Amino acid sequence: MKELLVRRLSLPARTAGLLVTLGLAALADPPAPPPAPLPTLGAVAQEGIQVPKPPFSEGIFPCSSCHDGKSMKVNPQRRELTGMHGDIVLNHGPESRWCLDCHDPANRDRLRLASGERIGFDTSYQLCGQCHGDKFRDWRVGVHGKRTGSWNGAKQYLLCVNCHNPHSPRFQALKPMPPPTRPEQIQARKGGAR
Amino acid sequence: MTAQEPIQPAEGCASSTPGGGSRREFLGTAVAAVATALTGCGKLSHEEFLQHNFRELSKDEVRDVIARLEREYKEKYGREVKVTNTAPLPGVIFGYALDLSRCIGCRRCVHACVKENNQSRSPEVQWIRVLELEKEEGVNLQHADQYYDPAEVPREGHFYMPVQCQQCKKPPCVKVCPVGATWREKDGITVVDYNWCIGCRYCMAACPYGARHFNWGEPNLPPDQVNPDTHYLGNRPRPKGVVEKCTFCIQRTRKGLYPACVEICPTGSRKFGNLLDKTSEIRYVLENKRVFKLKEELNTQPNFFYFYGV
Repeated sequence: MKELLVRRLSLPARTAGLLVTLGLAALADPPAPPPAPLPTLGAVAQEGIQVPKPPFSEGIFPCSSCHDGKSMKVNPQRRELTGMHGDIVLNHGPESRWCLDCHDPANRDRLRLASGERIGFDTSYQLCGQCHGDKFRDWRVGVHGKRTGSWNGAKQYLLCVNCHNPHSPRFQALKPMPPPTRPEQIQARKGGAR
Repeated sequence: MTAQEPIQPAEGCASSTPGGGSRREFLGTAVAAVATALTGCGKLSHEEFLQHNFRELSKDEVRDVIARLEREYKEKYGREVKVTNTAPLPGVIFGYALDLSRCIGCRRCVHACVKENNQSRSPEVQWIRVLELEKEEGVNLQHADQYYDPAEVPREGHFYMPVQCQQCKKPPCVKVCPVGATWREKDGITVVDYNWCIGCRYCMAACPYGARHFNWGEPNLPPDQVNPDTHYLGNRPRPKGVVEKCTFCIQRTRKGLYPACVEICPTGSRKFGNLLDKTSEIRYVLENKRVFKLKEELNTQPNFFYFYGV
């Protein structure tokens, strides 16, 4: 958590409008100065949101150190990856999705929205939010995903990709911690129950 | 001189130190002897024996009690343990919501709670009980298992429901306490004065959630595992023979922090906040999600909610 980046997230105006319709208008509750234009509401909603760095595999970023567009030409063909990235299992709607739907073909260090807009890996939630709008809305208000910090102050948010592998997004199973001791297994000990 | 006398030192001793007057000293020893006889435990100091209910203590008395506790903990654990008595924040009633569609039953919360709240380690007292339930049965407690231990969770066909103190608005545990050792604070947290609790366990019988736990033996808390950041009504180390319970991590939440279980949850299933704050996460959950209370029909009116976040 130490490497959390503190960052004011700039929001497209359209999502700001969305926030308002979500009932976040309550944010304007403290005596607001004369009718603030809607987009600032969105900015207020994002205040205090901190997101950590995206969890890149070791030594993989920047992607442009290989994908520089010169030594390696862009190959838009859907295919089995053999040379590199063979470890990536695409289990995220594989029939309808391919690398370059999300990774920008011209600049591999960026991601690409459906609109063609390029975004950084550190704001990848915009990309996820294109399809998972309900989750995105919940994430924004702090209901989907983990928050840490202060219930009445600054909170740390995680990016979608901190919990969900973008190529295989189902939450990974975990080993449970030990169960409670059954009453009959509790050993009598000195100074304990008589 | 004989019949009425013990009452006077009862008021005087709390602020006096041993070695005041000889009469006082004598009575102090006498009271300590009575205490020893009554409790069968030689460690109870006469200050502790004569201490009143926490809610009846004056500011000075609270200061003395806390100083005494800190001294005792230092002796017992060999390290500084800070005991606070932070008051409820004005305009705050705590609420908790747990997302049943996300919890995977990994029990990280259970063990983070034990560490944070200085529970007995052997046998381990756990304030959170994670139930494994069958999807086909729904929330049917007759099909609940708290001892599940597969290699990986979640298990196919199962969902998980952590149960802890529901911080009821009408807490049956408070109602039955014969000595008033447990009560609901202004911010909605039900607390126990461990020094006033007589260990009758009526509250455990009354609680429909199994949220109260009894220290049958001397809590076995290794000194190196003591969390020194404590609250009088919360996670300060407890003596043998008292009841304890989840306090929403009163020592953390009254400072603005999230409870330990919220901080640790890897799936973000646990949501916590101020029910009186219209912009809080908890209010968003209550207003926008499908929410239910456990055993709502008992009219305990929990401030702990379960919801489906999908």
